[in-house]
Amino acid sequence: MSPSPSLHLAVALDGTGWHPASWREQVARPRDLFTAGYWADLVAEAERGLLDFVTFEDGLGLQSTHYDELDGRTDQVRGRLDAVLIASRIAPLTRHIGLVPTVITTHTEPFHISKAIATLDYVSNGRAGLRVQITARPHEADHFGRRTFPPLSSEELRTPAGQQRLTDLFDEAADCVEVVRRLWDSWEDDAEIRDVATGRFIDRDKLHYIDFEGKYFSVKGPSITPRPPQGQPLVTALAHQTVPYRLVARQADVGYVTPHDAEQARAIVAEIRAEQEAAGRAGELLHVFGDLVVFLDAEQAAAEDRRARLDALAGEPYTSDARIFAGTPAQLADLLQELHSAGLTGFRLRPAVAGHDLPAITRGLVPELQRRDAFRTAYEADTLRGLLGLTRPVNRYSPRLSAFLEPGGTPIA
Amino acid sequence: MSKPLKQIHLAAHFPGVNNTTVWSDPRAGSHIEFSSFVHFARTAERAKFDFLFLAEGLRLREQGGQIYDLDVVGRPDTFTVLAALAAVTEHLGLTGTINSTFNEPYEVARQFASLDHLSGGRSAWNVVTSWDAFTGENFRRGGFLPQEERYSRAKEFLATANELFDSWHGDEIVADQETGIFLRDAKAGSFVHTGKHFDIRGQFNVPRSPQGRPVIFQAGDSEEGREFAASSADAIFSRYATLKEGQAFYTDVKSRLARYGRGSDQLLVLPAATFVLGDTDQEAAELAREVRRQQVSGATAIKHLEFVWNRDLSAYDPEGPLPDVDPVVSEEHISRGRAQVRMYRDPIAVAREWRQLAEANKWSIRDLVINTGNRQTFVGSPATVAHTINDFVQADVSDGFILVPHITPGGLDPFADKVVPLLQERGVFRTDYEGTTLRHHLGLALPHSRLRSSGGTPMDDLRGEERVAS
Repeated sequence: MSPSPSLHLAVALDGTGWHPASWREQVARPRDLFTAGYWADLVAEAERGLLDFVTFEDGLGLQSTHYDELDGRTDQVRGRLDAVLIASRIAPLTRHIGLVPTVITTHTEPFHISKAIATLDYVSNGRAGLRVQITARPHEADHFGRRTFPPLSSEELRTPAGQQRLTDLFDEAADCVEVVRRLWDSWEDDAEIRDVATGRFIDRDKLHYIDFEGKYFSVKGPSITPRPPQGQPLVTALAHQTVPYRLVARQADVGYVTPHDAEQARAIVAEIRAEQEAAGRAGELLHVFGDLVVFLDAEQAAAEDRRARLDALAGEPYTSDARIFAGTPAQLADLLQELHSAGLTGFRLRPAVAGHDLPAITRGLVPELQRRDAFRTAYEADTLRGLLGLTRPVNRYSPRLSAFLEPGGTPIA
Repeated sequence: MSKPLKQIHLAAHFPGVNNTTVWSDPRAGSHIEFSSFVHFARTAERAKFDFLFLAEGLRLREQGGQIYDLDVVGRPDTFTVLAALAAVTEHLGLTGTINSTFNEPYEVARQFASLDHLSGGRSAWNVVTSWDAFTGENFRRGGFLPQEERYSRAKEFLATANELFDSWHGDEIVADQETGIFLRDAKAGSFVHTGKHFDIRGQFNVPRSPQGRPVIFQAGDSEEGREFAASSADAIFSRYATLKEGQAFYTDVKSRLARYGRGSDQLLVLPAATFVLGDTDQEAAELAREVRRQQVSGATAIKHLEFVWNRDLSAYDPEGPLPDVDPVVSEEHISRGRAQVRMYRDPIAVAREWRQLAEANKWSIRDLVINTGNRQTFVGSPATVAHTINDFVQADVSDGFILVPHITPGGLDPFADKVVPLLQERGVFRTDYEGTTLRHHLGLALPHSRLRSSGGTPMDDLRGEERVAS
């Protein structure tokens, strides 16, 4: 077995990049945003850089600079394609890189999410994951008409009532992930038997009702899609505070967090590890990745100038929940190694301009980290779980596992 | 005689989760691995087919309170597998069956518009309905929809989705890097829909796709289903592939179009059809009998009878005579999750008829099911099958066929290799694709886009195809 790389790298893809003026750069290709070719080229570049995975942002409404309403702006990218379908469209064109689209659990049925990601796992031969997202946006709820959300400004978000609303949505998301995960396990791996003698295609004792009943919904199961190649595709979530940290600790394989320095990173990691222990997952591998927005150039001045130029085009300085880095690959490598030693196991980099900063990551940062023996020099596994050092989990419905868990049962060696 | 030859449309139905599909054959491959879908799609594209068709079911079928285990079980998510197939094909249309009961218009419209962008204009939607609480157990709202409202919801669902597709006109994205104008119109994608089933408003977030709207299929056979198709669909996936029944259905649905101001070429009739090929007609007939026996094992025959009798018949010998007991007539049905539950409206009469048939022919239970069940539509040498298909289309049985092979994934290959060239020789089937969109393959016009007369736009470039003359 090859040694596991000391840190993991993912890239978050969103339109032409994370800076709102990114689309105006020469390299940006804004007119190609709604074509498969645009996304295929970006993911191919990420795969050339041996990255663990790419995430695809998504949303059930037009992009907006305001959280709880549309902004009516016409000077930024508006409109996007469904993230699961982009990921699936790219899967046959790539071989190693993980594909992690965003799904929105507030409005999308967990049954649909489960079979969609299982299918992404099939079409990618074991490279699928999902990023769980909630939405409290009133205008997105209006697109469905099934529930009404009052406006939620950033001030209201800090009130107890605002916090409670978020807590409810995250609890619902946790239930949704629970359903998605149970459905992935609802077929045992060897359920398809094709027994010509008895005429049975499946052994139905190896299919399981999940019988989930929660506060928000119930789901019967089993899935219509057999257990995917990875068993459990990767579950990831972005988290900024205790409530979502808990979701990460209970349900995720990778959490994305946004510390601005090593000290914050240590504190966040400690909180998540404590929640992980409280959730009874102490022995499990749970990755905590730092999110960073990056402007990468050969010279620090060039990166800073580019940032200033884009801010000027946008008419205001770009702000983010994540730390914004502008500098050279060597400086970024220094920062990542510092944060890594503070307990982060990897990073999800948000290229400020996809067409510029993604190649700067794959052709500048990656070689720099390789020189420091801090990143892989070849893909060492066939599945996304494998790249992240996660084993293929035992099926929760497998009788072997039940026997193992039963008091007095025979432990499996 | 003066009537010009109709061009035939052909499509390939990925073998389904029913007993048409013979999984016990040594040649039968995986029904879930992507490689099977790739093989199947590439064969269809090599043969210049119009499109590939995927069915859907949102709950595993049950009989007698247990998951039905005799047929193929398990399938992928429709949208996800079609998007992946868009990467390994260039021209083939991609038709997905998507339920209008356990989905919401905003989401489905996003997915079809996205699929249409990602496939360069090859998406199609077979709109189906269901009302059963059984399937609803897998979804948040449960079995919320009364049976009599399923078409009303489906119609409103489709109308709402169309409003969303049309909410972008195609010229909004300017993306001018110099001036900094990305969108021409801040209100792009605006919609308001207020109706019985949907009360939604806002802005749709997928710009207009190459086809404007996916091609719309309808598969229901009821009076309401036929009206729905006549009013709103581009094609019907029907079940009538024999001469008389097919002609009657064709005449019926085409005659309904005028009421909606539509021409007879604006709704294609495409029945499902199975086939068995042999070097000679006689060899094909023998093979067809063999395939029927593979499709109907003893266990399958008993389950099929239970379906009509609506009671446990596991004690009966499939090689023995039919049960003396009568079917149980009840609202509760032994089988759940199958559309065909509605097929036998008078099970007592069916049982009586079948007993008489079995006695007259000295048939066992299995013989009866083999002989009364779905026989293959086209059986013969490649020449015979090509001849029959062409005769049927020219005689207005249909505008073409959706072929359902019984072997996954290679069952379409012999048809592609042996029958298609004969149809091409007769000049009734394309020898190459002439356009890039599914609407073009089917001879359907692009839907009215309300495009403003503002000259060339990026979205026009994306569309990349001329309007098809009808």
